[in-house]
Amino acid sequence: MNFFWDLFLGGLTRGSIYALLALGYTMVYGILQLINFAHGEIYMIGAFSALIVASILTMQGLTGLSVLILATIATVLYAAAYGFTVEKIAYKPLRQSSRLSPLISAIGMSIFLQNYVMLAQTSDFLPFPNLLPQSNFLDSISSVIGPSDFIIIVTSAAVMSALTLLLKFTKMGKAMRATAQDQTMAMLTGVNVNRVISRTFIIGSALAAIGGILIASHVGRINFYIGFNAGIKAFTAAVLGGIGSVPGAVLGGLVLGLAESFGTGYISSDYESVFAFALLILILIFKPDGILGRSSQQKV
Amino acid sequence: MKNDLLFRWILIPFFLLTFGTSSTTFSAETIKIGIAGAHTGDLASYGLPTVKAAELIANSVNTKGGILGRKIQLIIEDEACKPELATNVATKLVSQKVDAVIGHICSGATKAALRTYKDAEIIVISPSATSPELSLSGQYPNFHRTIAPDDTQARLVADFALKTLKLKKIAVIHDKGDYGKGFAEYAKIFIEKSKDAKVVLYEGITPGAVDYSAIVQKIKYSGADAIVYGGYHPEAASVVQLMRKRNMKTIFISDDGVKDQTFIKVAAVAAEGVYASGPKDTTKNPLAIAAINEHKKAYGTEPGSFYLNAYSAMLAIVNAIDKAKTTEYKAVHKALRNHSIDTPLGKIKFNDRGDAIGVGFSMYQVKNGIYVELK
Amino acid sequence: MKYACELKQSTYIALWFILLTFPIMVVKVNTIENIIVWRWINIVGVGVGAFVLSFFWQLYLRKKMTSQQTAPEKVSILNRLIENPKIYRPALFIVGIFALIFPAVFSHYQVNVMTTALIYVMLGLGLNIEVGLAGLLDLGYVAFYAVGAYSYALLNYHFGLGFWMLLPVGALLAAFFGILVGFPVLRLRGDYLAIVTLAFAEILRLVLENWNTFSFGPSGISNIPRPGFFGINLTPEQSAIYMYFLLIALCGLTIFVTYRLQHSRIGRAWVALREDELACQATGIDKTKAKLTAFALGAMWAGMAGVLFAAKTTFINPASFTFMESAMILSIVVLGGMGSIPGIILAALAITLLPEYLRVFSDYRMILFGAALIIIMVFRPGGLLADRRKQYKFHQPDAKEKR
Repeated sequence: MNFFWDLFLGGLTRGSIYALLALGYTMVYGILQLINFAHGEIYMIGAFSALIVASILTMQGLTGLSVLILATIATVLYAAAYGFTVEKIAYKPLRQSSRLSPLISAIGMSIFLQNYVMLAQTSDFLPFPNLLPQSNFLDSISSVIGPSDFIIIVTSAAVMSALTLLLKFTKMGKAMRATAQDQTMAMLTGVNVNRVISRTFIIGSALAAIGGILIASHVGRINFYIGFNAGIKAFTAAVLGGIGSVPGAVLGGLVLGLAESFGTGYISSDYESVFAFALLILILIFKPDGILGRSSQQKV
Repeated sequence: MKNDLLFRWILIPFFLLTFGTSSTTFSAETIKIGIAGAHTGDLASYGLPTVKAAELIANSVNTKGGILGRKIQLIIEDEACKPELATNVATKLVSQKVDAVIGHICSGATKAALRTYKDAEIIVISPSATSPELSLSGQYPNFHRTIAPDDTQARLVADFALKTLKLKKIAVIHDKGDYGKGFAEYAKIFIEKSKDAKVVLYEGITPGAVDYSAIVQKIKYSGADAIVYGGYHPEAASVVQLMRKRNMKTIFISDDGVKDQTFIKVAAVAAEGVYASGPKDTTKNPLAIAAINEHKKAYGTEPGSFYLNAYSAMLAIVNAIDKAKTTEYKAVHKALRNHSIDTPLGKIKFNDRGDAIGVGFSMYQVKNGIYVELK
Repeated sequence: MKYACELKQSTYIALWFILLTFPIMVVKVNTIENIIVWRWINIVGVGVGAFVLSFFWQLYLRKKMTSQQTAPEKVSILNRLIENPKIYRPALFIVGIFALIFPAVFSHYQVNVMTTALIYVMLGLGLNIEVGLAGLLDLGYVAFYAVGAYSYALLNYHFGLGFWMLLPVGALLAAFFGILVGFPVLRLRGDYLAIVTLAFAEILRLVLENWNTFSFGPSGISNIPRPGFFGINLTPEQSAIYMYFLLIALCGLTIFVTYRLQHSRIGRAWVALREDELACQATGIDKTKAKLTAFALGAMWAGMAGVLFAAKTTFINPASFTFMESAMILSIVVLGGMGSIPGIILAALAITLLPEYLRVFSDYRMILFGAALIIIMVFRPGGLLADRRKQYKFHQPDAKEKR
């Protein structure tokens, strides 16, 4: 094992996390052309619900895998419900107005949710229990890759492939893709656009919740503000890959994670985020629609 | 706390109706103490414990009949650690004629606000602003603090690393913040000056990043025997946990921001053996124990960062006003320097620069889940 | 009953919210002590609150829907008021008088707060050139603001140059930086542009934070002099009042210049660019030049506001120039109504004064602020005072014949 591989694996872990969150941004953007600034907050709420559910279960005497499974289910459900509600309150009434209005209500929603959690819970950092399972197999590879890194990479990959399959082969996925291409046309062919949008938010939020559990277990602490930074990075990843494109979000997340990891390793961690943003600018100068973005034909 | 939220749920509409008429209608009899700091935003967790400490003391003083026959009234203002908001808060507190201010929390906001307080002759005691410039420059005679400035703490930590632990290769890491970077900078200078050891790595990490594995790898490959970390406990906990997960035995030495019971709870077993500097024997000081129990009783939680510093600051100002028998600036200013008081941080008074004397500092090490003072 | 449908709906919504907020509002875990606190009483609060709010929400939303159907081209009362010369002229006069006597009537604190608000008026109007007129969504406007503030602080620190000398220098440096940012992003559209400007602003902030020898890092620069007044030493209160009038004057200048720009040749080119890039190019407008001037002029005002900001607070550090600040300025432009000067002034005052006066609610002020942003956007998506294009009427005596 050398320095290079260590950095590579670290970057991969970080990139998988960005990718999981970036998917939520990219799916919403693909359908509504809206930057959902409240997405990072959904991830934060996901982490909080996981902590609360897991603590209750642990205090009831449950341990190990059962806590993880129950907490994950509860968290995914709650985060999805939040995503659904946020869309209904802050975005649906603004469907017809100019593109910037929902952006501002998204910023408002983000401020609201942050302060809601801060007031109802706490402003302090809370330790987050490591929910990820321990096993002999993971211990045996721990010299190569940290157990939580391994689980994050594997889970992210599994979730993202499932999402790709869902979009490709199910009826719901087809309806989503149709809506993304042309909302009016999709409506004419009998797609219930409102339902598709709701489902997009539900799926995106569920992914964010999974990200929340993974990251919180990995980092070991949460507070009400964690959604903000992660949200901006994930959004950057989504744009880097070509916003609106699902494989693009995954690729963007990984590229960003690796860039930060290598930048920190070989240059300096003082400028960690600078590497990410500089890379973004460079790529967009040469490929204005992101790495995998379709270059849309402009018509009058 | 339990009924508090419902209480406010109902109160908010009423407030809306009577908007603007509240909060300014108090009797002139009270002693007004401004509490300024970050109560919202990302740094709220460092500002809110001060509010709680002040509330607890104000309540206990008021139930005993107040000081000088007057009740204490707190005016709590949030500035989210932003300099521009801090100046607004300062002018607001000045125009409300506060007698003293406990705050601000961040050095930057404190620097921005101090000028206003100085012009209005108001005593300021900060529980957490550590920038040496604040007291060293001599520009602000009204400024006091119950925390050690960065250079004092960095000197202690550097001496400990070089003389007691006899380390040779040290990585200095900070969190890019005002507090952490200030501390790290001084530590680096002291280590380099001594020529006994080498600083092999000097870098900042980003608070709130999703993962710190890259910097941990870098520390590993830099061959450092020890890390001197400047910053607060949340990031420190993450870094230490990651290092121990990777089976790295690198010694971890840090500052007052890490000498916090929450650090041990968050980092769990990884915290074992970590060194941190902090005020002398707060764990055995009966006043400190009482202060922490008081917080647990009133709010049901462990107190947060700088709670004891704020508690002591509040005790000091109350005592000074009591001893001076007036709230007039010069008399209180003198009383703060001449009269010692027992606080959770020890028996303290302030020197000419406004730094607290009597807050002895020593090194601690985590042993079996608690910080143990090293003699 | 008239509202039966809404009441029923509201009940369901209240139940939904009780369920939704259950883990966060009711349960509070203390993982350190392993205690769970159940705050059942909050359920009642959430239920009642959600019920009342959703009831009014639906009522207003329905009203909005029906009014949209019946009168699609309805102009809001506020707009009509402001466009009627009989009303706006005396109103303008009263506002002018009020602005002049403000420091005499209100306290030092109020003057200070108003000065901050006026800085945001300048920032809002500057960003309006980029976003409102030219349609270039800029999420990193705060970078130009930082350039202005740091150029005053640093040039003053190193060379001892004065405020009046550095005000134009700060503005020019910011404009130069604007062009610097503008060049690489010429090809980008919409949200790609937004993220790149955000990236530029974050890079600048991180450099300021890390490059100690240049910018003094996170500890910032203190003791920045306030602007001089013919060499007379002013007391803090006098200098606050002086700052206030300085800003009133500069805001006046900003309003005048942006108004003239809006109706100039380049202003019309920007609007064309905003509406349709390709069509705009086809009509012979130099797209590159139009975009770069928009960036440069927008940035210039931010630079000036930055110099004033540094002079007012006398201390700056990178913490004042975060992404949240950009978001706030953008909110001002959108809330006010893009392109509408009176709207933006109103929104700038609202956004800066609202949190300040919401201090009554202490902890609750930011949550109320967030809610206010959502509510205003939902019920007035075009902004408080939506911009209406100036209409030129063609008076011809025999217009009927021509038809």
